[in-house]
Amino acid sequence: MKAKVHVTLKPGVLDPQGKAIHHALGALGFAGVEAVRQGKVIELELAETDRARAEAALDEMCRKLLANTVIENYAIELTD
Amino acid sequence: MRSAVIVFPGSNREMDMVAALEQASGRKPALVWHKDSELPEVDLIVLPGGFSHGDYLRAGAMAANSPVMNEVRRRAEKGVPVLGVCNGFQILTEARLLPGALMRNASLRFVCRNVTLRVENAQTLFTGALEAGQRMTVPCAHMDGNYFADDDTLKRLEDTGGVAFRYVDAAGETTDEANPNGSRDSIAGVFNETKTVLGLMPHPEDAVDPLHGGTEGRALFAGIVKALS
Repeated sequence: MKAKVHVTLKPGVLDPQGKAIHHALGALGFAGVEAVRQGKVIELELAETDRARAEAALDEMCRKLLANTVIENYAIELTD
Repeated sequence: MRSAVIVFPGSNREMDMVAALEQASGRKPALVWHKDSELPEVDLIVLPGGFSHGDYLRAGAMAANSPVMNEVRRRAEKGVPVLGVCNGFQILTEARLLPGALMRNASLRFVCRNVTLRVENAQTLFTGALEAGQRMTVPCAHMDGNYFADDDTLKRLEDTGGVAFRYVDAAGETTDEANPNGSRDSIAGVFNETKTVLGLMPHPEDAVDPLHGGTEGRALFAGIVKALS
């Protein structure tokens, strides 16, 4: 089973990298971009075939390693 | 004072820490590899600076899950003092032994320069030989030193003497210019609730010899040795 984990900064946590991307987009002439937040996508291939068990395992992986829940939120997506 | 310095793949300031601890205590610290699950009986555990595991995923994230960290956590819960400097501070926040998180510097640049620290709480085993408000100039060298904690955590830190050090200017004031990385409230170092775990981004161990260009970091180590001997 394949999965994607999306890790994003929590609202209220400053994102200097997102800000730099925002400025760069403005410099390239892309008008109307109101905000940019940068995150991470982590792709995983799991031996697990049961969706519920896969989601439970991924949730634990996120809490233990993939995301730092002090500053980040995560979302789990099973892709097949 | 017996001490142990934990070495992770990518640590690079462990020998600086060993030299500073040996200078202050007269005893050579034990070096403990991150895969070891046992630690010698010591009075102080130190997590040194560096770039453990290449800062992959997040600075300190992999190291916080090293085998040795189970034992570090167990000792910390028993009250054994733990000091983390730079990457060591990042590892302690990732391990949730200290509150908050260390994010990419606001400038997005690696910062390598001397900073002036102000002692915010001198009532701890780490800082008891210092004076509140005392300043010390020591180097910092990091890419991810931007301290973040949410408003509730910052208030709790403030109310309970949890802030150890702040970045200040020559006059002892917190200013944007004196803050090298965008840390909230100019925080350079914090304690855990029991004040037995301390993490800070700058490197007092690199200001203990005239050849370093300054010796203002010595007072911190001398005080720790005094408290733990």
